[in-house]
Amino acid sequence: MKNDLLFDFTVDKAAKTVFITREFDAELSLVWDAFTKQEILDQWTAPAPWTAKTKYMNFEVGGKRFYAMVGPDGQESWIVQEYTSITPKTNFKMLNAFADKDENRQLPGSEWEYNFSEQNGVTKVKITIFNESFDRMEKLLEGFQQGFSMTLEKLENLLTNLTQK
Amino acid sequence: MKQDIFQAIADPTRRAILALIAIQALTPNVMAEKFDMSRQAVSKHIKVLHECELIKPVQSGREIYYHFNPKKMQELDKWLSQFRKIQETQFNQLDKVLSTIKKQKK
Repeated sequence: MKNDLLFDFTVDKAAKTVFITREFDAELSLVWDAFTKQEILDQWTAPAPWTAKTKYMNFEVGGKRFYAMVGPDGQESWIVQEYTSITPKTNFKMLNAFADKDENRQLPGSEWEYNFSEQNGVTKVKITIFNESFDRMEKLLEGFQQGFSMTLEKLENLLTNLTQK
Repeated sequence: MKQDIFQAIADPTRRAILALIAIQALTPNVMAEKFDMSRQAVSKHIKVLHECELIKPVQSGREIYYHFNPKKMQELDKWLSQFRKIQETQFNQLDKVLSTIKKQKK
């Protein structure tokens, strides 16, 4: 695997926007699939030890992906992504919002735009994330932080047990 | 209603006020003078900034001085760095998924 792949993360606080650029060592059609097909999305769209579980997904304008990020202790954090614009293998936009398990969305969510381009077998993905509200955005991490600290606790316990032996 | 920090800093006048009081605490009257605004307009901005805890009032005699509260801005930075980490983790996971798919195709 190439290690010189670009990862760029910048924030324009005043514009409430986050910009991310990331290169992937794969051809465009594969990377496009990885961002738009349920079976591949579920393999990477939750940071370990969390896992992603899609309940349903229709990748079309007006369609949605309704999925949960499932924590190590089974806690679920539901997200609805609604596709607002799609230009195959070039660009798509979606509205991202947290929800409960019955798909009731907490609005306003954030607006995500993805742009794909390929050069010499390396695919560049440019992501723009616009957030109307910081408090709303902050909620995303609350769940993770609980999950992360629990995992750390487990690790500590494990280490303690190991050193005692 | 509690003000949102994104809304608070999206406004150029409020950013200018923050930049100014980050250097030195000011009273609403002085702020109005510096920005050539009405006292009423300044009060509105102060209210927004105060409600999201970006500034805090300190009474000094008969005057109220507004101080910059860096803690709130640090919260935002902390959040952003964690968000960045999560994105990074996910993309590293995707690298592995892509390389697995590529191998299967061969």
